[in-house]
Amino acid sequence: MSETAAIERAIDRSQMQVSDEVAIEITNMNKWYGQFHVLRDIDLTVNRGERIVICGPSGSGKSTLIRCINALEEHQKGKIVVDGTHLSSDIKNIDKVRSEVGMVFQHFNLFPHLTILENCTLAPIWVRKTPKREAEQVAMHYLKKVKIPEQANKYPGQLSGGQQQRVAIARSLCMKPRIMLFDEPTSALDPEMIKEVLDTMIELAEEGMTMLVVTHEMGFAQAVANRVIFMDQGQIVEQNEPKEFFNNPKSDRTKLFLSQILGH
Amino acid sequence: MSETHSFTVGYVRHEMQGPLPPPVAESGAVKWMRENLFSSWLNAILTVVSLFVIWWVLSHTLPWMLAGVWSASSLTDCRNILAERGYSSGACWAVITERWPQLIFGFYPSELYWRPILAFVLLIGAVAPVLYTSLPRKMLWFSLIYPLIAYYLLWGGSVWTPVMLAVGFSLVGMGGTLASNKSGFFFGVLIAILIFLLMFFDPLSALLNVMGGIAGLFSADSVRLSPMIGSLALRDLFPLMPTLSDLLGSIAPIGLESVTSREIGGFLLALVIGLSAIVFSMPLGILLALGRQSDLFIINKVCVTFIEVIRGIPLIVWLFTASTLLNYFLPPGTTFDLILRVIIMVTFFAAAYIAEVIRGGLAALPKGQYEGADSLGLDYWQSMRLIILPQALKISIPGIVNTFIGLFKDTVLVVFIGLLDPIGFINLIRATVEWNGIYWELYIFVGLCFFLFCFFMSRYSQYLERKLRTDHR
Ligand SMILES: Nc1ncnc2c1ncn2[C@@H]1O[C@H](COP(=O)(O)OP(=O)(O)OP(=O)(O)O)[C@@H](O)[C@H]1O
Ligand SMILES: [Mg+2]
Repeated sequence: MSETAAIERAIDRSQMQVSDEVAIEITNMNKWYGQFHVLRDIDLTVNRGERIVICGPSGSGKSTLIRCINALEEHQKGKIVVDGTHLSSDIKNIDKVRSEVGMVFQHFNLFPHLTILENCTLAPIWVRKTPKREAEQVAMHYLKKVKIPEQANKYPGQLSGGQQQRVAIARSLCMKPRIMLFDEPTSALDPEMIKEVLDTMIELAEEGMTMLVVTHEMGFAQAVANRVIFMDQGQIVEQNEPKEFFNNPKSDRTKLFLSQILGH
Repeated sequence: MSETHSFTVGYVRHEMQGPLPPPVAESGAVKWMRENLFSSWLNAILTVVSLFVIWWVLSHTLPWMLAGVWSASSLTDCRNILAERGYSSGACWAVITERWPQLIFGFYPSELYWRPILAFVLLIGAVAPVLYTSLPRKMLWFSLIYPLIAYYLLWGGSVWTPVMLAVGFSLVGMGGTLASNKSGFFFGVLIAILIFLLMFFDPLSALLNVMGGIAGLFSADSVRLSPMIGSLALRDLFPLMPTLSDLLGSIAPIGLESVTSREIGGFLLALVIGLSAIVFSMPLGILLALGRQSDLFIINKVCVTFIEVIRGIPLIVWLFTASTLLNYFLPPGTTFDLILRVIIMVTFFAAAYIAEVIRGGLAALPKGQYEGADSLGLDYWQSMRLIILPQALKISIPGIVNTFIGLFKDTVLVVFIGLLDPIGFINLIRATVEWNGIYWELYIFVGLCFFLFCFFMSRYSQYLERKLRTDHR
């Protein structure tokens, strides 16, 4: 984990603007697994256009936090408002939020029985009721964007890990989400594939997408994020802009974590 | 690099030599035999022993089969012919040539044989688009109405019965689709069930009958109580579609000569029961499997109970239930066809097994597939239909086909409730004066027919597995 991919290219920051509009608002949120208190008093406001990197030791609740945002996990206390929609147990609300929020997983979670193109058109056709022809055009547009249009008619099993993860990103983008969540998108990949996925994510950030990224790629955090959040034992311990966060960490736990992850 | 090359160039061959052919002993039949039959001492001994066993079995059965007599009018006749030809023993295939119509069709009137044959030919047309996806999808419409066509061809009667059934079911389908498009799949199913009940039953009296039946089971006055409640409800209401078809039948009496269930037997019966159960148990089994996985308490418990109760009691008990006890729950005076009752019971029985097989497939899917589907905003039924079930069913193919093969063979159990399936006819034929004392030939024939059907199913499932393999692992 000590070697993180260096980001060499110049970043175009012209579109990366944080607006005043609130995209996600989490207040006093708590979650338990049985008796185990996974998330404690989480308060987090994400504005539109923010690029937030969440890091922290294993088991600190990073995945659980971002999975709560699209209701893959239920929270027991507190409030989550996504894009103005209150996440309650109402299924209609949950499906609406999920169709507005894209999610990319560590293990891609592509559908192995469908081709790449079908993977990308499925949700637009069935959830958005887009006509098939149109959905395919949109899918091809995003597959070009992630640089694998020529794989459209293959099955996920025939692609490399990096290609699969880029398909997963394209699949989410086909729903035209306003927020993207990433849960360790590169940690199941070989080093040379990590770069191609990070490049895709950087391009997305350059277009002004609101992103929450759980990752240990500190190069990515430094280059793209406008805020880095450090979590430990179910709490947000520290958050700051990347420069301050890395050069001048406040809490001891953050210092310890950074020294381990950056390898000095 | 270049310097090294210039120094060594004299020693380096520039063109590769073509590969040598393998030595003679290592190719063809000799190689195959050495690798597969005589690779070690143990293997060689096993090969010799196996060859001996095969020779021994064939030397005892083949002469008997080949010496067989193909035309004779009775067993004694047959034995005489054998003796004339100088054989001490031989098969008497004549019983098959003489009696095969009964083994196949039962007591179905012979001038009407064309009807089951036509039904069978159409069956191929109905099953083909389901089994082979390369055929035009429009053919599926035919598959959909085929059960009604088959029912009409086999049992005959007024043409209006299947027509009104078709009309009723399309109303159910249209109503259900409309409602599910408007307010979700679950609501659609509810509406469909409601329309169905309105069309074909009269829900109130049906409910009262079931209640009457249950009350009857537990009360001492059962005999008096249940018909009372039943007839009470039948007074004012009547089922819509059956009444309409009666009416149309009296205005325009068109139809085929009707054949009773008693006359249907032999392989025809086995196929009717087996195929109907296979077709109907699949959707029911899927619903049960999903129900058993569901978080909804009531649905979950209902499905678990259904599966465990049905599966935990031998099929033969259920068949006896179908033939006797079920009458108890039906309105007095209704005649509910025995074959239909058996089909329902066998369907339930198979569905319970199928449900467990599919549950295994559902459990084998990684959690990420459910999450992937959820994260895209697909609702429960969409993610099941588009993502989860296609994969779970694919994993379950061997188990499903295994269940179906078992089910098809189990149809011979209906002989115990007095239906004349192939085994029933063997007993009948052996009880006649002409063929008293014969058994091998009949059992071989029936066994062979069953084997052919089951072998086809097995081969098809292997084709399907190969075709659906997309994971390239
Ligand atoms: N379904 C579950 N049931 C019970 N405990 C769980 C469950 N899922 C996660 N946990 C626990 O909750 C804690 C937080 O898990 P989470 O996956 O959010 O951690 P993480 O920060 O993403 O860690 P990692 O870096 O290893 O992915 C862990 O201690 C984990 O064991
Ligand atoms: Mg995690």
